[in-house]
Formats: sequence, C-alpha cells, structure tokens
Amino acid sequence: MSGRHGIPKSRWLPAYVGLYLLFLYFPILLLPIFSFNNASTTTFPLAGFTTKWYASLWGNSAMLEAARNSLIVGISVAILSTILGICAARALTRYRFRGKKPATGLIMAPLFLPEIIVAVSLLMVLLQLGLELSLVTVILGQVIFCLPYAMSVLISGFDGFDRSLEEASLDLGETAIGTFRRVTLPVVAPAIVSSLLVSFTVSLDEFILAFFLSGTEPTLPVYIWGQLRFAAKLPGVLALGSLMLLISILLLTLSEIIRRRAEHRLRAQGAHHA
Amino acid sequence: MPDKPMIAIEGVNKFYGIYKALDNVSLDIAAGEFFSLLGPSGCGKTTLLRSIAGFDTPTEGDIRIDGQSVIGVPPNHRPTNMVFQNYAIFPHLNVEENVAYGLKRLKLDATEERRRVAAALEQVRLGHLGKRRAHELSGGQRQRVALARALVMRPKVLLLDEPLSALDKKLREEMQVELRTLQRAVGITFILVTHDQYEALALSDRIAVMFGGRIAQVATPKEIYQRPNTRQVADFLGGMNFMKARVTNETATRISVETPRFGGVTVDKPLGFIARNGAATIGIRPERLRVLWDDARSDFEVAGKVVDRHYFGEITHLIVDIPGLEQPLSVSETNNFGADDIPVGDTVRLAYDPDALVAVAD
Repeated sequence: MSGRHGIPKSRWLPAYVGLYLLFLYFPILLLPIFSFNNASTTTFPLAGFTTKWYASLWGNSAMLEAARNSLIVGISVAILSTILGICAARALTRYRFRGKKPATGLIMAPLFLPEIIVAVSLLMVLLQLGLELSLVTVILGQVIFCLPYAMSVLISGFDGFDRSLEEASLDLGETAIGTFRRVTLPVVAPAIVSSLLVSFTVSLDEFILAFFLSGTEPTLPVYIWGQLRFAAKLPGVLALGSLMLLISILLLTLSEIIRRRAEHRLRAQGAHHA
Repeated sequence: MPDKPMIAIEGVNKFYGIYKALDNVSLDIAAGEFFSLLGPSGCGKTTLLRSIAGFDTPTEGDIRIDGQSVIGVPPNHRPTNMVFQNYAIFPHLNVEENVAYGLKRLKLDATEERRRVAAALEQVRLGHLGKRRAHELSGGQRQRVALARALVMRPKVLLLDEPLSALDKKLREEMQVELRTLQRAVGITFILVTHDQYEALALSDRIAVMFGGRIAQVATPKEIYQRPNTRQVADFLGGMNFMKARVTNETATRISVETPRFGGVTVDKPLGFIARNGAATIGIRPERLRVLWDDARSDFEVAGKVVDRHYFGEITHLIVDIPGLEQPLSVSETNNFGADDIPVGDTVRLAYDPDALVAVAD
C-alpha cells in the first residue's frame, strides 16, 4: 500500500513478476495440457485433444485402490489433526500457562523440519516397536505434519472468539453444554471446517511420509511415483495429477473462503470492543 | 429504604490471590431503583456487578436477590440478566434469534415467543431490523439488541456493564435518555456500572462511589454531588476547590470552622471525619463561585487576581489567586456576561453562598 508513492516505479518490476510467475506455474500448467494430448509422449507440438487418459483411469483398479487409500488416510488425518488442533488452539488462545511459547513452537516445528529425516526416524521407531507398516502408520505420521496447518487455521478462528458470548449465553439461562452446542460450536464451526479441508488437502498431496510408512498400501502420490518408471503410463499419471491438482485447489479455495467469511463476521463483532 | 430490598449485599470480600478486589462491601438496592456503581477502572465495580450476575464468586459475604441467597447459584439460574460491555451479540444469529435465544429454554409456544420477541424489539425501537445480523448493525443498534435480549427474559434485575462506553459522545447522550425512559417504562431494578460521573448523575436514583474495592459513599446524585463525603469522591465527581480550615467547635453531626478567607461557617460533619491537628478540609464547587460585575455587592465575597483562563464554549474557567489561600480558586462562570473576556491579571470579586461550603473527610 505505502509503496505506491514511496518506491519509484521500475520498468523491470513487471518483467520480474512475469518471469517469476511463469517459472512457478508454467510447469504445473503443462500437466493438464498434456493430460488432454492425444499422444503418449510429453512433447510439443500437441497431437490433438482426447479424454482417453481420463477414461483409462476408471478401469485402473490399482489406481482406484490407491485413491481409496488416500481417501481413508486423508479423512482420518483431517479429523485427528483437527481434534488435536482444537484442544491445542483453545488452550493457546484462552489460557496463560507456563511453557506456552515452547509448546506452540514444538507443535508448529514440523513445518520446518526436513520431512525425510522425520520419515526415516519414524520408520526406525515403528520397526523397532515391531509395528506393521499400514495406512495406520501413514495416518500417524501425517498427523504430525498436518497439525501445524490445522493449528494456524484454528488459532486464527479461535482468537476472534469473544468469551463474553459464552457468558451471555449462560446469563440468558442456557446450561454449559447448551452453550457449547448453541454458541461455541456454531461460532467456531467455520474454522473447524476450514481446518478439516486444509488437513485433508495436505494429506492428499503428502508423499515422503506415505512413501516410507505405507508398506504395501500406496496412497495416490506413492502410486504416481511407482508409475513414473513406465514411460507408457505417463499420460495416465498426468491425468491423475491434474485431477489431484484440481481437487487441492478447490478444497483450499473453499477453506479460505469459509475462513475469511468467519473472520469478517468476528471482526465486525469485535470492532466495538476496543 | 423499604424493609425488603431487591438486592442485599452483605460484607462481601473478593480476593484474587493477595489482591483485594472487593473490601467489605455492604449495600441494599431497592426494587425498581436505577442504581449506579461509579468509580475509576480497577475500583471493583465490575467485580461487584459480575458477583451479582454469578460470573464471579465472593470470597466471603452474602448476596441476596429478592430475599434468596444466590451464593453458589450459577448465572443461568439467577433472576438477573446482563448487558455486556461489548454487547456480546451472537454473530451467527440475526437480531430476532438473538433476542429469542433465552426464550428457547422456556419452551414457550411459537406465537407467544414471537410476540415477546416482537414486543422486546419494539421496546428498544428495533422492530424493523429483526432479520439483520450482528455485523450489519451500528454500535447503538447492537446496544439495543443486547437490551432487548436481556429484557425479554423479564429479569428481576438488569445489570449493565459500561453499556455506553463504546459509543461516541452524541449517541451516548441519546442512549442515556433512552435508558432512563426504558427503566421507568419497565420498572425493573437497573444496576449500571460506569466510570462516567455525568452518566451516573444523569441516570441514577442512587449512586455508590467506589475506590479500591470499597464503597466510599452511597447517596442520591444531588446529595453525592453537593455533599461528597470524602475529598476523593468530591474530586471524582467534577472539580472542587479545597482549603484547610481551623475547627472551632465539633458536635456529633456538625462542625464549626474558621476558614482563611470565607469566614466562620458551620457545616455537616461528613462520615468518617477526623480533625487532624484541629484542622478540617473545606471545599466549594467552582460553579458555586460567581463573578461580581461592576458595583454589585454581596454579603459574602472574596477578591483576587485572575492568573489563568480556560474557554469551554458555554462556560469559562477562571483561575483566581486569593491572598491567604494555599491554592488559587477555580471558578466556573457562564459566558452570558462576558467571563470569557476578563483579562488575565485583572482583579475580580467573587460572591459565594456559605451553604455551598462543605467539609470532606481526607
């Protein structure tokens, strides 16, 4: 905002931004383009439009199996991270306690930890414990990584929650449980839905932990990785990748819309507080 | 005071760790009274209100509402309703749903519920905004929703926690009038917490002034303004000129003093008064001193030099140095006769009514 008058306009800035965005998004744009290309190689010029790669996905039982696994993992991870996130976010936004800052730091730390190191250490621990690798181990691993995402969404939702809303409800004759059901839950619901969507999306796209911990039950990213060895399967992978990209973008957009709308409502509520 | 008060507070103490938020507070509030708890922030007024509502529990002492002790009774089982400082309008509900929130528990039939909601909204003149959401309302409208939501429950006591402090000055003055009108119309006991002395004076039947967890004085607005018990109370409710006077005689209820420039007067003895070294503190409000123009005379006058002048539109404050007084007098004079034109350095004569002098405890 302040840059409009402060920083002199440069002819190079738009060019820089253009190059930057091109580098960032052009490769991703290629994915859907080639997924509709009527050729099994990913080279220009394009050979014509087809949807056969998408159609081929439906007959691919291994792929459907992987999709089912991803769905199970994604939903479980979303629910677990959100439940854990609700507890942590409520504690962090409402109470002051010893060790609050370190606790926050430790919960958020997985965002910055090298995932492959964590994956290898988890694998070692699980094998030491003698646990079978399965979707359950993937879920446990991914919860660690989804929790920070869930937390940031939930904290921003809970921060705006005004405690006097609960007091007002009690004051109007409602019980503690009724207050939770009629006030607390509906007011923070958008943040919870948003957290579920974000965690699901992160889980859906997560590869390294799933690769190390999934054993014989691959999730979609692990399945894709396996298919890359076969040049002939590439177009099918591109189609699948395009679909996953679309779903991720849709879910994240939806979650952001819900989060912003809730934030706006809470901000309007708190505006007269200050 | 009628024999059975609506609210009876007896010897209430409230500790937060070693901090004493309420210090031996005892108070009776009559049914139908508009009662204000007035004091600076941190004086315990909000803690006392929240103790009546049930959000805070006194460490010691008893609170009775309509004869029933409410110690240990949770807020949802008390016959009180509260208007919160930030109004606490439920953001996920519209205006009607907010007002109907408490009624839902009563399981009224649908028409009766609708009728009561509509009547409550009409009472606060919000009948046309029933479908609006909280974030679509102005500050004044939110305040009305909060009022309607509480009043629709037909509480025995309505508690108001600084309900006007978030509004701008003009709207605040409008809402003060409305609040007073509303209270007369519904006839419910109102207890208002405020740090604004003018608000308390304008609205209340009686005021309790609080400092440091203690009640300093309970009286009608006029009494509390004209006969403040202590120097602190006098200072908090508008300004006052103070001077030391020599005590010449003291009875159970009255003291006679010899003032430096205002002659000898006999005044009411304030509660808790103790003469220190035979001296008492005597005060007079700035507006009880009048400038004497031209050759006007008064039986009671003092003269001094104007050392400063502050213009406030309809009034002017003159700071007048009187020989023999430790501190210059602050004089509040209307501008009808040209007080705003008196040059600094001029000598003025001031008339006063000896009845306007009061003794205050230090």
